[in-house]
Amino acid sequence: MSIEEVSELASPAPVYGGAEPLLEVSDLRVRFDAKGRRVNAVNGLSYHVHAGRMLAIIGESGSGKSVSSRALMGLLPPTARISGSARFLGTDLLSLSEREMRRHRGADLAMVFQDPTRSLNPTMRIGTQITEAVRAHGDVDKRAAFDRAMELLQLVRLPAPERRFYEYPHQLSGGMRQRVMIAIALAADPKLLIADEATTALDVTTQAQVMELLLELQERLGTAIIMISHDLGLAASYAHDVIVMYAGRAVEYAPASTLFSHVRMPYTRALLGAIPRLERTPHSLLPVTPGQPPDLTALPPGCPFAPRCSRAQDDCHAEPPPFAEHEPGHWWACWHPCEVGGPAEEGGR
Amino acid sequence: MTIVDEREPLLRARELVQEFTVRGRGGVKGGVVHAVSGVSFDINVGETLGVVGETGSGKSTLARSIIQAPRPKSGEVHFKGTDLVRCKRGRLAEARRHMQMVFQDPFGSLNPRWRISDIVAEPLIGYGAGSGGARARRVRELLDLVGLNPDSYGRRRPHELSGGQCQRVAIARAIALDPALIVCDEAVSSLDVLIQAQVLNLFEQLRSELGLSYLFISHDLALVKQVSDRVAVMHLGQLCEIGPAETLYRTPLHPYTVALLASIPDLDPSAARHRARLSIHGEPPSPISPPSGCRFRTRCPRAAARCADEAPVLREITPGHSVACHFPVTS
Repeated sequence: MSIEEVSELASPAPVYGGAEPLLEVSDLRVRFDAKGRRVNAVNGLSYHVHAGRMLAIIGESGSGKSVSSRALMGLLPPTARISGSARFLGTDLLSLSEREMRRHRGADLAMVFQDPTRSLNPTMRIGTQITEAVRAHGDVDKRAAFDRAMELLQLVRLPAPERRFYEYPHQLSGGMRQRVMIAIALAADPKLLIADEATTALDVTTQAQVMELLLELQERLGTAIIMISHDLGLAASYAHDVIVMYAGRAVEYAPASTLFSHVRMPYTRALLGAIPRLERTPHSLLPVTPGQPPDLTALPPGCPFAPRCSRAQDDCHAEPPPFAEHEPGHWWACWHPCEVGGPAEEGGR
Repeated sequence: MTIVDEREPLLRARELVQEFTVRGRGGVKGGVVHAVSGVSFDINVGETLGVVGETGSGKSTLARSIIQAPRPKSGEVHFKGTDLVRCKRGRLAEARRHMQMVFQDPFGSLNPRWRISDIVAEPLIGYGAGSGGARARRVRELLDLVGLNPDSYGRRRPHELSGGQCQRVAIARAIALDPALIVCDEAVSSLDVLIQAQVLNLFEQLRSELGLSYLFISHDLALVKQVSDRVAVMHLGQLCEIGPAETLYRTPLHPYTVALLASIPDLDPSAARHRARLSIHGEPPSPISPPSGCRFRTRCPRAAARCADEAPVLREITPGHSVACHFPVTS
């Protein structure tokens, strides 16, 4: 399918509440052309984030969740073809030049990545790296930058900040390094924080600590957070709103409380059913969704989940369902959505 | 060959100890890493023992000590009547035929230059099992068993497969010699949830069809419960609790198990918001200088003076359910 054909199906971005959203992404598309192959990584993604809210973007590998947020940050390689718009307080982030983008990156929107070991410079002391971030965004002298860095380390609850300030990344545990990354991201008081699988590499107890920290910071600073993750449980526990992505598009979008009690998209239901849960008895078989995620170089003409879906009918294979608000605040893209209250394990074939 | 007594456990590990010496370098203090300190457990025929623990708890080192790669510093591992720790290399090679391992990284554990059929055939060739024709038939049978079409996948190389498919190949290779025990070290952790469910069901299917036993290691408590008959919780090189899966999850006895269970994100948003969050704080202590007495006491909400003086030993509270704690959780 060509890009033009898909554009007609583009839907307006969902709106929550009356206030102006902080970030408004509409019809975001990203593709990569390489060696004669065209990879359609993001195919018309739209959403809003309000100040003080946490939006979780959930999807499997290759669903486009990371690529879409890197597009906002201007972090994709030049081979990426990006279209659509991402209005951040009136500015379209996607139309900015690299020089203009630099003014926003870090100052207005910041990002925390999965691997804190690779994001930190191994040869620089923790303190130096934070002070550098502080001084990059404001005209402050050394003394003030030191004070601010120390304040940030206390803010993220790094134990013994006076000592840690002079240590190197390898002397810290994974959880502590991720706290340092959050401190660096918060150096210039960003209005939006994008956490890209920020707790995936951490243990469950550390993950809970870091998520609690993010929630607390959000309450205190009013930062909007986009949490990108493969983990639906994490979204259910911490996020206000949840988007589920498949094959580069949003397939379901709702407040967390609505989504998990009223799943409508068969794909979301399949994901929920496949998660091993404490309530399940040992050795029970998990409901299986056959097949593999679709090839992004050759997406099917209809719904991308149709080949694996138990509810798929002829129309699913013929035409992609529009992503629309079928119930107040609850969006999905499906011709034959699940019944509310249906068996939780339905979905996969 | 050894004779297996049905009443004997398939694997009996006693007081396993594994330590590594690290040199001081670049400002890091050297010392001895106490990776596994006195771990004992049994695995019965056809049983799955799950081991959960955080990073650095020694669960992977435990797995490697079991398969003797490298051999543990002290302790015993009796497998089908042989003490693997003390036996000669020839005996060990014979025993390893019956215990195979599946690792976390599906790409890293397959030779990228080999075809899938050659990868699966390798253990058969290594142990001289069958003639060329019989081996080729067995490879097809194995690929079929793990759900890969031998005609379309046999001639491919690992980079042409997805992560889940590569993990199926690793499993096919592991079961090629009809092992009695498979050691899975985070075998499904790198897979997406829908593919993970497919592979977990494959493990389950092989268990019932081939009567396999598993030592299943993971950091994910819910995942471990899904596959295990019994579960052991590991913390800083020691077992702090072991018991039947249902019982251990329903009535956890060790404060550490309680904390791990409380840290799992809940799939019900309303329950999650009202939950009293988080019962442990701080970082795990260093395995180079573990705390005296109970190794969990520095993070434990129930710790008292006795915990610093006296290391708790594993004791049975209810049949089959043991805990190493002076003040187990009993409510």
